[in-house]
Amino acid sequence: MLVAVAALSAAGCGSSSSGGKPDLVVSAAASLKDAFTQYAQHFQQARMRASFAGSDQLAAQIQQGVRPDVFASANTTLPNQLFQKGLVEKPVVFAGNRLVIAVPASGSKISSLADLEKPGVKIAMGSASVPVGTYTRKVLSGLPQADSSKLLANVKSNEPDVAGVVGKVTEGAVDAGFVYITDVDATDGKLKAVELPKSLQPQVAYGVAVVKGAKHPKQAQEFIDGLLGGAGQRALKAAGFEPPPAPGS
Amino acid sequence: MSAAALRAPALSRVRGWFPALLVLALAVALVFLFLPVVAIFTHTSPGKLISSLGDGSATDALRLSIETTAIAIAIIVVVGTPAAYFLATRDFPGKSLVVTLIELPLVLPPAVAGIGLLAALGPKGILGPALDHAGITLVLQTAGVVVALTFVASPFYLRQAQAAFISIDRSLFEASRTLGASEARTFLRIAIPGAVPGLAAGLALAWGRALGEFGATLMFAGSFRGITQTAPLAIYERFATDFDGALALSAVLVAVSAAILLTVKALAGSGAFGGAAR
Repeated sequence: MLVAVAALSAAGCGSSSSGGKPDLVVSAAASLKDAFTQYAQHFQQARMRASFAGSDQLAAQIQQGVRPDVFASANTTLPNQLFQKGLVEKPVVFAGNRLVIAVPASGSKISSLADLEKPGVKIAMGSASVPVGTYTRKVLSGLPQADSSKLLANVKSNEPDVAGVVGKVTEGAVDAGFVYITDVDATDGKLKAVELPKSLQPQVAYGVAVVKGAKHPKQAQEFIDGLLGGAGQRALKAAGFEPPPAPGS
Repeated sequence: MSAAALRAPALSRVRGWFPALLVLALAVALVFLFLPVVAIFTHTSPGKLISSLGDGSATDALRLSIETTAIAIAIIVVVGTPAAYFLATRDFPGKSLVVTLIELPLVLPPAVAGIGLLAALGPKGILGPALDHAGITLVLQTAGVVVALTFVASPFYLRQAQAAFISIDRSLFEASRTLGASEARTFLRIAIPGAVPGLAAGLALAWGRALGEFGATLMFAGSFRGITQTAPLAIYERFATDFDGALALSAVLVAVSAAILLTVKALAGSGAFGGAAR
C-alpha cells in the first residue's frame, strides 16, 4: 500500500543514524518478514530499516530510482533483471522455500490440490507479477488444461503479495490460498499446509543483491554474508526456509 | 518611548514581508500539490498513454470504479441527507459524540478501515454469521467494494451536508411551519434547495474519496479483474510490471476525478461551492 512512500522516506533517511549505527535500508519480499526481523536483532553492524512488500513492487521502485541498500527477492528473476540493467550488484541465491496450499487449521475440506477444483471452493493467490503468483501459475500449468481452468474459475482474489493471500485465508474470506510453507509456519497454528504433488513443486529460490548506489555498501555486503552463513542463515532456518536449491536441480 | 511608538514601525514592516510570506506559502503549496499531477501527464507520451489503455483489464477496472462509486454515492446521499438534516436541526444529549463518531472514518487509515470492516462484516466478523445466514457474502464481491467505499467516503458527505443545513437561515424553517407545512415538506421544499451547494460540495468530495479508495478495498474485497479490482488496485498491480500502463490509468483517474469536481461545481453554481462548507 504505502510501501512506496515508506521506502522513499526510509531511503531518504538512510544516512541518519541512531546510537552510532548506520541505518541499513532493506527492501525484502513479504515472505521474508519474520526471518529478517529475527535476523535484524542479531545483526550488529547496522540497524535494519526494512520495507516488506511484493518483490515485484520493490523491484519496480528500484527501477523508478528508489535506492535501498539491499534488495531481497522471492525469486532470482527480478534481481537478475535489475543486475542486467546495472541497478544492483551480482545477486546470490540465499534460501529456498516450498509452495503449499494454506488452509484453516481446523474444519477444512481441502486435503489435496484436486480438492481446489471442486465447484464452490474459494481460492486466493498472488497476482501474476509477484513471485508467489508466478510459482502458483507454474504449478497450474503442470495440470491438465481442464483441471487448471476449473481451479482458476474458483480464484476470487489476486493479491499483490503473499501477506495478502495469508490474510484472506486467515480471515476466512477464502477456503485456501497458495503461499510458502514459511508463511504457514508463521501463523502459529492458525493455518496448516497441504503439500503439492512432488512432480509439480516449483523450485523456489530467493535472490539477494547490494543495490548500486547504496549508502552503506559495506554493511549491505555484511548483511548478505550473514544470510549465507551466520545469524541470517540461522534465522532463515528457524523460520522454516530451506537451504538454497542447487542450481539446475 | 511609548508602546504606540514602538508598534508603528513594526506594523509597517509587517505589511511588507508578511504578504510576501503568504504568497510564498501558497506558491509552495501549489507546486507541491500540482507537480505530481502534471508529472502523470508529461512522464510519457500521449500515444503511449492511450495505447496502454487498450487492454481489457484497464477498461474493466475503470468501469468497475465508476459503477461501484456511483452506487456508493447514491447510498450515501439517500441515507446521509436526512441523517445530516437531523443532526443540523436537533439538539440532544451526546450529540457531539455522535458527530465525532460519524467523522471518525475521516481520520482512520484505510488499512484500519479494512480491518474494521472484516471484524464487523467479514466471515468471522460480528455480523458474519448473520450475513451468512441471510445468504449475503460481502468479502471478495463487488458488493464488498461498495461497502468499503461507502464506509470511507460517507463522512465527507455527512459533514458537508450537516454544515449546509446549519447555514440555512432558521427563520425560513419557522416561516414554512407557520404557514402550515409539515416537517417533511419543509425538508424537501426549503432545506434541500437551500443546501444544494453544500450538498453538491460534499458529494464531490465523497465521490473523489471513493474513486481513490485503495487499502480498505484490497483488505475487505480483494483484487479480481472485473469483480473487485477497481482502478487504484489496477494501478498498483501495473506499477510492478508496466509503469506506462500505471501512468495511463492514473491519468484517466485524474481526469475523471477532475471532471466530477468541475461538473458538481458547475451544477451547484459558481461561488456558492465553498459557502456552505463553513
